[in-house]
Amino acid sequence: MSLGPHLLLAIMEGTVSAFVLAVTALGLSLVFGVMRIVNVAHGEFFMLGAVLAWWLTSLVPEAPFWGFMLALAVAPLLVGTIAIVADRFVLQRLNYQPEATIVATIGLLYILQQAVLSIYGPEARPVVAPINFRIVLPWFGYSGYKLVVVGAAILLLLAAWYGVTRTRFGLIMRATQFDGEIAQAFGIPVKRVYAAVFALGAMLAAAAGVLVVPLQQAHYLMGLDPLLLSFVVVIIGGLDSLKGTIVAAFIIGLSDGIISVFFSPTLAKIIATLAVALVLVFRPNGLFGGKVR
Amino acid sequence: MNQKTPRSGAKKSLITRRSAIKTIGAASALGLAPGYVRYAQAQTSEPLKLGFQLHSTGIGAAYGRWYDRTTQAAVKLINAAGGIAGRQVEIVTEDDGTDPKRGAEVVEKFASQHKVDLVFGTLFSHVVIGSAPRAGELKMPYFVVSEGYHVASGALNRYVFQPGITDVRSQVSSMAPWIAGNLGKKVTMIFPDYAFGHDHRDFFTAAIEKQGGSIAALLPIPPTETSYTKYFPQIPAETEVIYHVMVGPGVLTFVKEMGEHFGSQRPQIFGFIDSLEAVDLASPGLEFLDGTYFWEAFPRYAGANQSAEDKFYREHVGVDGNGASTADAKDISTFSHMFGCWETLYVIKQAIEASGYQGPADKAKLIEATEALTSFAAGNEHPQGDKLFDGKRHQCYGHQFISKVEGNKLNVVHKTSIEDGQYENDTDYTKQSL
Repeated sequence: MSLGPHLLLAIMEGTVSAFVLAVTALGLSLVFGVMRIVNVAHGEFFMLGAVLAWWLTSLVPEAPFWGFMLALAVAPLLVGTIAIVADRFVLQRLNYQPEATIVATIGLLYILQQAVLSIYGPEARPVVAPINFRIVLPWFGYSGYKLVVVGAAILLLLAAWYGVTRTRFGLIMRATQFDGEIAQAFGIPVKRVYAAVFALGAMLAAAAGVLVVPLQQAHYLMGLDPLLLSFVVVIIGGLDSLKGTIVAAFIIGLSDGIISVFFSPTLAKIIATLAVALVLVFRPNGLFGGKVR
Repeated sequence: MNQKTPRSGAKKSLITRRSAIKTIGAASALGLAPGYVRYAQAQTSEPLKLGFQLHSTGIGAAYGRWYDRTTQAAVKLINAAGGIAGRQVEIVTEDDGTDPKRGAEVVEKFASQHKVDLVFGTLFSHVVIGSAPRAGELKMPYFVVSEGYHVASGALNRYVFQPGITDVRSQVSSMAPWIAGNLGKKVTMIFPDYAFGHDHRDFFTAAIEKQGGSIAALLPIPPTETSYTKYFPQIPAETEVIYHVMVGPGVLTFVKEMGEHFGSQRPQIFGFIDSLEAVDLASPGLEFLDGTYFWEAFPRYAGANQSAEDKFYREHVGVDGNGASTADAKDISTFSHMFGCWETLYVIKQAIEASGYQGPADKAKLIEATEALTSFAAGNEHPQGDKLFDGKRHQCYGHQFISKVEGNKLNVVHKTSIEDGQYENDTDYTKQSL
């Protein structure tokens, strides 16, 4: 295959992974930005979304499209509920101390992962894509569903942007993020905001998991990769910057796609890790991060 | 030494009352020690403890579940038939998380805590390579069921055996003539970028070149990869055969994306069933594989010519004629690998009985007796078929199968002979000290 189509494929692949990554990382970024919690279990919410999608679609085997729509609507809600329970019984009890919550979310990671292994099993199970068509380009064929993923991710990102910047809840959230104590003094129920943000972060990860599962398969260890990449993205973009998260997701997603097509996937990972190191050295708050308060 | 003997003999005659009491006291203390009493009885009645290093969690978990079922079924049969050398067999299972570091720790735990007679059952090659050196240091007989070439290559040590499943080098060597003769000679290989994949790369390349074929391209894939679309453009247009061997949870994606890339205009495709162990061939996205070929060690679908031992084996493990669990038709077995546990247990039985093994002090005898084995006859103890065993390489060699995917099933089209899989190397573990 010649250079042109090769590059096109690399960019298409990179774009798909960038959008999925942006949705996942946005959840992590929100949770850190508002709650100052490094949620190590974030990838497991992604995995839960995918596994629940398998379960929900298998309830309606005769109508894969509606089964998938059901999964897209219900799986994030279920994952959000789990997140609220985790917030109520774990994070709240630790008073959201940064160090303690890191350890607690590591524990949560293992609890979720092993629970899925016990209940769902060790297999990777496929989910049928709701819309299945193959785009035939002159040089290669491409999965049409991947474009659907991109579209859905754009909608989710727009909704998240609107929610944070244009709604009353977004305002409350930003106020809590700016200064939790003052917000509380003004009558904002900070604990409830925290619970809601934690659930929202988990739901974003779960939605990304649902979108991705027809491309990959639901597997109990699938949360690790998105977690690592989300951290990379959030560190490069700046831990509490919505814009930074999305820009960084594109830098990482596209460079990963292009470098791994033309050179090697290992080199792509090396460069991403190097970028994290350089950002931490020269711009510790990330490319778009504000000043540390 | 000779000079000292008369002196110590002379001393013996001078027994004082104090030394006599000391000796009697020490002897009775030794007799009363619980460990000593147990050991005295262990020679005949205590069960044999076999450490089962299992991938219950981690990327090998789907394999691990079936390795466990097969092992439990075989042990049940062995115990019902009177055990090994008249002793009942007790399986002590430890999960290694399909992790090499944890694997070495598990071997250690078997030796120091469980005090097992031997360890068996490890599958994933990186775990075997991580665990085997510790087994050697602890002088713990270590029977792996991994199909990697690392045993026969001489890279491990005298305590490591693979008597239940043929190694990759032999498998690929035996299949190359059929591939070159029936599918094509220009081959592109897609394989995981670690030990197991490298065995395929090195030995299949050599084997196909011996048949007058050539490698069009090599595509190593990192083990953590989740998307494969970006690799397919690297498959050269002149490729006649794609040879794929992928393992882990990403395999379905791999096949699906290969289908999306090629559509109906595909080259011939030959895969290792490792790609689809524990996966239902009727899964969405796998329609693309119809008409492609797979290596199988043991045919998943019991064909019209099912042997009596195949039937016996499936019945006891709980597998139906489609290679799925009899309890759940959606629960697909790892049929081409798990028989290795069953057969390894019967080799262990044969070796222990031949060696007169009584307890851990006889480990050297057990190793030598295993090395003395030369062949295994097909039958209920070796349902996959007859095998040759090379005591110097610690490796067995059996028949292989090539199957075609037709209507979501695998139909055997070719069975290799054991000679097809022979190769030369100069491994000789028997030269190592015990």
